[in-house]
Amino acid sequence: MNIIKYRNLFFAFSLLIIIPGLIALRVWGLKLGIDFTGGTIWELKFTQQETINPQEVQDVINQNMGEAHQVVLTEKNSALIRMKTVEEDKIEDLKTKISEKFGQTETVRQETVGPTISKELTQKSMLAVGVAILGIVLYITWAFRSIPKPTSSMAFGFCTVFALVHDVIVVVGVFAILGHFFSIEVDSLFITALLTVIGFSVHDTIVVFDRIRENLKKSDLPFEDIVNTSLLQTMSRSLNTSLTAILVLLALFLFGGETVKYFVLALLIGIISGTYSSIFNASPLLITWNNIKGRLARRKSG
Amino acid sequence: MQKSPRIFFVLIILLTLLAIYVDLPKISVFGKNISHPNLTDTFLKRDLEPKLGLDLAGGVQLVMSADMESIPEQDRQSALDSAKNVIENRINSLGVTEPVIQSSLTNGQYRLIVEIPGISDIDQAVSLVKKTAHLEFRQLKNDLPPEASVSASPEHFEKTSLTGKDLKRAQAVPSKEPQNPGYVVSLDFTGDGAKKFEEITKNNLQKPLAMFLDDEPISWPPPIVQAVISDGEAQISGNFTSKEARNLSIQLNAGALPAPLKIESQTRVGPSIGQQSIEKSIIASTIGLVSVAIFMIVYYRLLGIFAVIALSVYTVLVFSVFKLVPITLTLAGIAGFVLSVGMAVDANILIFERIKEERKWGKPKIEAFFSGFDRAWTSIRDSNVSSLITTAILFNFGTGAIRGFALTLAIGIIISMFTAITVSRNLLRLFWIGKT
Repeated sequence: MNIIKYRNLFFAFSLLIIIPGLIALRVWGLKLGIDFTGGTIWELKFTQQETINPQEVQDVINQNMGEAHQVVLTEKNSALIRMKTVEEDKIEDLKTKISEKFGQTETVRQETVGPTISKELTQKSMLAVGVAILGIVLYITWAFRSIPKPTSSMAFGFCTVFALVHDVIVVVGVFAILGHFFSIEVDSLFITALLTVIGFSVHDTIVVFDRIRENLKKSDLPFEDIVNTSLLQTMSRSLNTSLTAILVLLALFLFGGETVKYFVLALLIGIISGTYSSIFNASPLLITWNNIKGRLARRKSG
Repeated sequence: MQKSPRIFFVLIILLTLLAIYVDLPKISVFGKNISHPNLTDTFLKRDLEPKLGLDLAGGVQLVMSADMESIPEQDRQSALDSAKNVIENRINSLGVTEPVIQSSLTNGQYRLIVEIPGISDIDQAVSLVKKTAHLEFRQLKNDLPPEASVSASPEHFEKTSLTGKDLKRAQAVPSKEPQNPGYVVSLDFTGDGAKKFEEITKNNLQKPLAMFLDDEPISWPPPIVQAVISDGEAQISGNFTSKEARNLSIQLNAGALPAPLKIESQTRVGPSIGQQSIEKSIIASTIGLVSVAIFMIVYYRLLGIFAVIALSVYTVLVFSVFKLVPITLTLAGIAGFVLSVGMAVDANILIFERIKEERKWGKPKIEAFFSGFDRAWTSIRDSNVSSLITTAILFNFGTGAIRGFALTLAIGIIISMFTAITVSRNLLRLFWIGKT
């Protein structure tokens, strides 16, 4: 199987996956949780009612303070309430008023994020992702500094970045779509998942690059052939590793706790994408990069 | 390193057994504890109870910023540190749980991030932590308008030198006066405090002496000083409930906060979600790990069994490290742990694939063995380093659950490098090579 020969096909396939995500991102954006927007969100269980009408709850709140943006039912007798940032005491107040009308309530969870914190979190997130990508690229460039011609450690670093960014875009794109159709929110755990994906996406890439380095030292075949052989040699190993990670993540997603469900989903998508990009993007890109450099060099000298 | 593989093998077994012992939950036989030793009295100072984070135990996390306006620049850091101690003391006095407090300085904002897991009365904890609790005794001013002598109001009082700092102890006790039902807080002054109090009562006989908490009067209307009090004891009565009195006494004992704190963000998790989450996580993790084990055995057969053994040793070791450090377990942390097991097997796969290849190229078992481990090492090292870079960034970036995840993942990766290489190598060397 010649992966390199058909590399443009694989690049096209990647674009096919990325583009809908990018469009979704542009048109709908990500559904940001209160970690990023600030606000208050609380979930109340109405222990003395069979079922609750969310509109009524919203009315009680609006009558007593102002604005409940949204009240939805999470279960027949549990309501999730979203509001702008509200003071501690005000929430207690509202709880009392609500209990007066609907009977005893139990706070399942309650989160308030002030505006300063949420702004900082947004900045920190972007910084963290940027630093992670940069850090890894630098590390790869250093780790493969002694790679022989015709390729260079910079090429390795650069192709790794492409693969990484590809994976990040895939995950973010999927969540833009999920956010729009299923109202799935993105919170600080999502950023955690992205950072983890960045760390692991490079796992597979390194194994292939490592093999390419070894083969380059051993053989005189043209670069394209060496890369292809290395890919084929390391393929089963790459797939198997990802398979084990995917197995555990799938189990967590299907059977695990509710609160980290989408965190695990982000990891799952990221790792699948990471495996694909390591095999079908990063290494073939080495060839493309090499060819482009070659053409540029010839143009300069010719 | 492996001069004598047999001895090393025995060492591994001992280490594993030790780890299993550390991991076991409480088991008693005929009323005697045979596992789960309480090591608090030993030099280790540990109780081997797994520490559960917010999303597993329920509780509250508060991010509070300190208002440092009235504190000079150079004293601010120590003010933050002492605020941290005060809050720690307050929460510890509740006796329910140990808080986890982080301090941080971001963009000029001094912050405390307080996590109080496993607490059921969250409102009490929050009100305990919020209040600055600066207690002052104020006496009637000298230059007062005539109507003041009939009924005094708060602005007619001026500060004395007696404050909450002069307290030796505060205690919540039930009220002994029928006209003041509920609870009161009885105060015990220090030696100096008692002297000041004696002086003040001497100067204010038959006049009201007021108590102010955070600039708000408490126990209003103020009691009239009937006699000079030299035994250094006083009482704050205000129709307190038992909780209110307890909170106040805890706050007075721990001391006032050096700077007022404002709650910037708050996360509360009810306990019932936590319980469900623990159960689900255990089930999911087990399913995940068993599937990996099955896959390894089916695909790599004999080598796979060695991998599964190494993995089991790994799991047991990692979990014991979690208990010993101790690391606070969160849902995300468990996900990190499980993920690291899935990735731990990666190193084994790398090595085995390499060994398979070498065998395919016709090399004898023993050469394939050495070559496999040597060649695979650089790949394992490089790929794990990149993951460790991201966990370091994550640890820096996050709080609470995110830190838990970063920590469990990092520990998992490091230990997995050890077990994959050392343990597998030892097992293969003893049991696989021999069978030529």
